Amino acid sequence: MFAIFKKEVRQFFSSLIGYIAIVVFLVLLGLITWVFPDVNVIDSGYATLDGFFFYAPLVMCILIPAICMRSFAEEIKTGTFELIATRPVTDMQIVMAKYFATLLLIFISILPTLISYYTIYQLSSPVGNVDTGGIMGSYFGLFLIGAVFAAIGIFCSAITSNEIVAFILALFLSLLLYMAFFYISHFSLFVGRFDYVIENFGLAAHYDSLSRGVIDSRDLVYFVSVISLFILLTRTALSSRRW
Amino acid sequence: MSVIVSNLTKVYGQQRAVDDISFEAGKGQVLGFLGPNGAGKSTTMKMLTCFIPQTSGTATVCGHDITTDPLEVAKKIGYLPENNPLYLDMYVREYLEFMAGLHKLGKITAKRIEEMIEVTGLKLESKKKVGQLSRGYRQRVGLAQAMLHDPEVLILDEPTSGLDPNQLVEIRSLIKQLGQNKTVIFSSHIMQEVQAVADRVIIINRGKIVADDTTEQLQSRINNETTVVAEFKQKVERSLLGSISGVRKFSEDKGRWIFTAESGKDLREEIFNFAKDRNLTLLSLYKEESSLEDVFKQLTK
Repeated sequence: MFAIFKKEVRQFFSSLIGYIAIVVFLVLLGLITWVFPDVNVIDSGYATLDGFFFYAPLVMCILIPAICMRSFAEEIKTGTFELIATRPVTDMQIVMAKYFATLLLIFISILPTLISYYTIYQLSSPVGNVDTGGIMGSYFGLFLIGAVFAAIGIFCSAITSNEIVAFILALFLSLLLYMAFFYISHFSLFVGRFDYVIENFGLAAHYDSLSRGVIDSRDLVYFVSVISLFILLTRTALSSRRW
Repeated sequence: MSVIVSNLTKVYGQQRAVDDISFEAGKGQVLGFLGPNGAGKSTTMKMLTCFIPQTSGTATVCGHDITTDPLEVAKKIGYLPENNPLYLDMYVREYLEFMAGLHKLGKITAKRIEEMIEVTGLKLESKKKVGQLSRGYRQRVGLAQAMLHDPEVLILDEPTSGLDPNQLVEIRSLIKQLGQNKTVIFSSHIMQEVQAVADRVIIINRGKIVADDTTEQLQSRINNETTVVAEFKQKVERSLLGSISGVRKFSEDKGRWIFTAESGKDLREEIFNFAKDRNLTLLSLYKEESSLEDVFKQLTK
């Protein structure tokens, strides 16, 4: 399993995919946080990273499906999947190895943005007057959202040998899970009755909850369940060759 | 017996891709799978390597059942899938290291990789990316990968497709050499190749085994007549040739006479004497072996 993990990480960084994903993620969010008018920290006058944490999941929504799309689709298309599946590894090990490799890439992408945290820490008055708990909670939530998108991306890649189909499907599912439930809960039909339940099916509600700086077990259970669901679906999709 | 297959069947929808196949293969044997395209060769190999499950029947590899013990089976088998899939963006050594990692070779990894590069003649190409290699060299990388963990059973799906004649000879002799202390099962639709490499041939057609025998046996089985071809310098009267004893029938083809007799009877002596008696000059005289190709055509018609 470690061999596949290593291979995946190497492939991210020996093809341009890894670098491009990281650079685009950082540049885009850097611009949003510090440069673009209206949304940047300087203009707002407050030492918070709210803009960053609002846009980061949306950027991930596009980038993560893009880095995941070739994960299985390419292996199925070129036949290398048969090569690794006939070695002494289980399908589940293959899925987990690919998943963890993607998580590592997401982690590496997010890590440099801690500079923004350090910057607002220094900019705040008096120095250090920032909501560290809230920001760390948000970072944690952001990583978990990335983890969910990665699980979705890998699943979409496993059900097709066409990378474009995998990308579009993953983008759609990620957006759906991230935002749609929030909007659906606002239908007048549901307001005051099921809106809380429906909203909690979506990622955004749990992300918000974590960004308050409290790590709630309900949120953790939610994220872990969604990730497990998509990983199991991926394994099922792979073993569908056996049906 | 390292590979035992009994009543293996694979059904795709309405089609029986592999239909009740049974055979055994032991150590030191090279088994050739012969059949037209779509006969079920690859499907059988995919089932043996636990990539797809069988619809019914069983098979064991070195005593491990392919259904209940796929991981153990995978350790025993070296597999070269059809079309030799490879990671084109990896370097040769990097690729072999990756495959060694999948087999958890550990400390012996480096040593095995060097050995495989040596055996498959990849030395000069080993610093390149797999994608930069020509087809023949890619095939060698595929073979190196299959042999890396020193498996007891090698399953090679069309190992020689797309090779040039020189490479063909090399890869064939490599397979033959491997067959001395391993069980090798390889598929092909080239008759001469199976004839040259395999000790035993299994001919598959539409999912069924139509023949399972040694190459010599197979030839003699179909071969119930012997053919001798003779070429004379002079023009020979047709009526005269009938006087040669033992000839069942004869015909002319572009100046050559083709004589057939019943199996086991060698007409060459008779023809030579016939020519000598009549002062005819023989330009050529040879016995024609019926090739496996004829057998194949007859069986898969």
